[in-house]
Amino acid sequence: MSAIQESFRNIMSWIDDRLPVTEAYEKHLAKYYAPKNLNLWYYFGIFAFVILANQLLTGIWLTMSYVPTGDGAFASIEYIMRDVEYGWMLRYMHSTGASAFFVIVYLHMFRGLMYGSYQNPRELIWILGMLVYVALMAEGFFGYILPWGNMSFWGGQVIVSLVGAIPVIGDSLAVWVRGDFNMSGVTLSRFFALHVVLVPLLLLVLVVLHVLALHEIGSNNPDGVDIKAKTDDQGKPLDGIPFHPYLTVGKLPQIIIFLFLFAAVIFFYPDGGGYLIEHPNYEPANPLKTPELIAPVWYYTPFYSMLRAATFPLFGMDAKFWGMVTMFGAIVVPFILPWLDKSPVKSIRYKGLGSKLFLAIFVIAFFILGYLGTVHPTPVKTLIAQVCTAIYFSYFLLMPWYTSVEKTKPVPERVPH
Amino acid sequence: MSDNEVNPARRNFLLKVTGVVGAGGVAGLAVPFVGSWNPSAKALAAGAPIKIDISKLFVGEILGPIPAWRDKPIFIVKRSEQMLEKLNAKNERLADPSSERVQQPTYAKNETRSIRPDVLVLVGLCTHLSCSPKFRPAIAPQEFDPEWAGGFYCPCHGSKFDLAGRVYAGVPAPSNLEVPPHFYESDEVLVIGIDEEIV
Amino acid sequence: MRFLKIFFLLLFPITVAASEAGFPLYEMVPDLRDKASLQRGAKTFMNYCIGCHTLKYQRYKRTAEDLGISESLMLEHLVFDPNTRIGDLIVNKLSADNAKSWFGAIPPDLTLYTKLKGSPNYLYTYLLTFYEDPSRPFGANNLVYENVGMPHALLELQGVQQRKDCKEVARFNPNGSPMRNPVTFEYITRTLCGDELIENGISPLELVQGSGELSDEAYRKVIYDLTNFLYYMGDPSQLERERIGGWVLLFLAFFFVPAYLLGREYKKAFH
Repeated sequence: MSAIQESFRNIMSWIDDRLPVTEAYEKHLAKYYAPKNLNLWYYFGIFAFVILANQLLTGIWLTMSYVPTGDGAFASIEYIMRDVEYGWMLRYMHSTGASAFFVIVYLHMFRGLMYGSYQNPRELIWILGMLVYVALMAEGFFGYILPWGNMSFWGGQVIVSLVGAIPVIGDSLAVWVRGDFNMSGVTLSRFFALHVVLVPLLLLVLVVLHVLALHEIGSNNPDGVDIKAKTDDQGKPLDGIPFHPYLTVGKLPQIIIFLFLFAAVIFFYPDGGGYLIEHPNYEPANPLKTPELIAPVWYYTPFYSMLRAATFPLFGMDAKFWGMVTMFGAIVVPFILPWLDKSPVKSIRYKGLGSKLFLAIFVIAFFILGYLGTVHPTPVKTLIAQVCTAIYFSYFLLMPWYTSVEKTKPVPERVPH
Repeated sequence: MSDNEVNPARRNFLLKVTGVVGAGGVAGLAVPFVGSWNPSAKALAAGAPIKIDISKLFVGEILGPIPAWRDKPIFIVKRSEQMLEKLNAKNERLADPSSERVQQPTYAKNETRSIRPDVLVLVGLCTHLSCSPKFRPAIAPQEFDPEWAGGFYCPCHGSKFDLAGRVYAGVPAPSNLEVPPHFYESDEVLVIGIDEEIV
Repeated sequence: MRFLKIFFLLLFPITVAASEAGFPLYEMVPDLRDKASLQRGAKTFMNYCIGCHTLKYQRYKRTAEDLGISESLMLEHLVFDPNTRIGDLIVNKLSADNAKSWFGAIPPDLTLYTKLKGSPNYLYTYLLTFYEDPSRPFGANNLVYENVGMPHALLELQGVQQRKDCKEVARFNPNGSPMRNPVTFEYITRTLCGDELIENGISPLELVQGSGELSDEAYRKVIYDLTNFLYYMGDPSQLERERIGGWVLLFLAFFFVPAYLLGREYKKAFH
């Protein structure tokens, strides 16, 4: 052993006596076994980590030049874009990163739906993941307010007024959330603190818990085979591979492809044709001038569609209230997914026609709802939104039925070659 | 086929190559983060050279209100004939009479520490702890110095400088007052903050 | 005279992308590499627009650098306030109160205007479609921005445009050539009125020939340059961004090669 290797061993030994670093490294990386049949759908977790690092780093750097007041915010963004060296790059990395984060998280969640990753004993991983998703939605919402453009203002106005739809306490609650009678610099400054400190800390804690919960059980795989069922005489799963280096360094080419696509958008299409940075946000917040079309950023549009799909009062509560219930319901219902899926198999590869059909129309409905959220509602479009909302909810609420009655295929004992 | 067998040598080689290229990528990634810490256009604009009109400056007076360059006060004094005569009379009282220590551009390393003998340009911050010294032009005995030949007196800790900004020996300040880069655009216009461009 | 009228009708630009508000917008393809165009646009802006409209998020220095104008020339010819320094933001002395009392509204800052409108087409069309309207306070109205509060600042260059209720429009053969009377060889026209004009992509405006300093074509060029300049103003780092982006993508493609080969080595270990 060379002198350098020996010194390294000694230092690590000294540290390990006081803090279990090597043990943690082995438990979570070098000796954490993951299935060897993981495919593209399983890489989005790693990509999410990369994007999280991007958002944290670029976000911190933006905070160095951003001014979190009603008077100064908009100008400070242009200051960053024009006066700060490479400020434009940091800004676009952050704004594109936010959208990329949601693309990845949606694909990551879809993997969960497809392969039954939420099933026993991984229910808590799923719930923690859903909490990460909700925290991310909050982070994105607060973040979009910060440029204090006209869409920041009006988007904020619409969403905070949702709070006002709560019966009895709604109006006071809305004033309390805003800290003012209308969206204002007061609201902006507090949302800044939430966006930069509170929610990121929350996100980090939740992500760590999410990964720890995963490592406790081990990853699922596209065939839903339990790799821990068949181990060798040293306890290592026969169908498993150490996470590091095979799924870290080993997945570098995939990470590079992802970075290529990410960079292509940052450098060549950062506005996203008005979908990543919406046009009305190129003028300062103006309480007296509503944009022609108030649309949230694309990653919220499916839920926005559902909000608008509720058009009639019911049981004495007005449509605005039911819209809010529908929208929040759409986010809450997936939490109980592990208990809705009664199928004996995990992966869509072995589930029956019912599951495949419902998953397919669920995805289509989600996309349609997403599109509808970006345009003005018309009677026909509202009807389509209502149908798609029904499909969305039935995917979940009918699942106990269709997963019990359908015919499934037998799951192999070992990972197929 | 050996192509499907694990080849440690190949793997290590590729690991090194990937590592080197990756390190290059990380260095490139660091550029915008490090670069964004450089003074922004706003800071550069605020720190840009300033132009002063000295045509109305009376003999023996300091230009007021005191202009600022990069948030530092700038003393501009029109020295009289009498002041210039007395300037190098008692150089033994000074700590650095020939301006050996680099507190001035090369064109101000002379007997009058200036481009024009009649106009003195200084950064008005005491070289001890950056208080702003007071302009005391009177060539007459003062409470802080019975042999005062005019100059600047710093009230914070008693440092004294002559009418060329040179520090007296035996005071807390270690060096002469700084002369900023400057040049004369014309007889009336003084530009502070930049040396004259040699075209 | 009639021939000239029809000739101009035939030359009329094809309108694209109907704005929701009615008059379809002309297409303007910006060119950030045409520095001469940007410089001319800057000149027009400083001469006709800066009095009312600021570019308050941008500095003179950056503009001079990007457009290839030396700082001294910039200050000498394009900046009219002698107290302005090259590092200053591009503002004006129009107070909010004066603006409101003279124009009814504060003329908006134009730094991000082309981005706000999604593309430079709106601005380009707007500047071309002012017309005479005695019922308005400043005697001018606009096709894309009905009852706009802005006077026609470039009137002296363009001249007076009048809005016609009806126009005689050339008719075309199936093969695209204009229809002519086979006997007299006169062009055959039809009369279109009101919305029919707009639906067929014809502007209801007619220029009073000779009322402006510039010809129709020359004025159109001035507007192109001005719009090009304001398009630059919306995102001055665009060219640098795309240049750096090219290198980043190239690097990633290059980086992919050893990474892929390494990944393949790892895969061998367990398949």
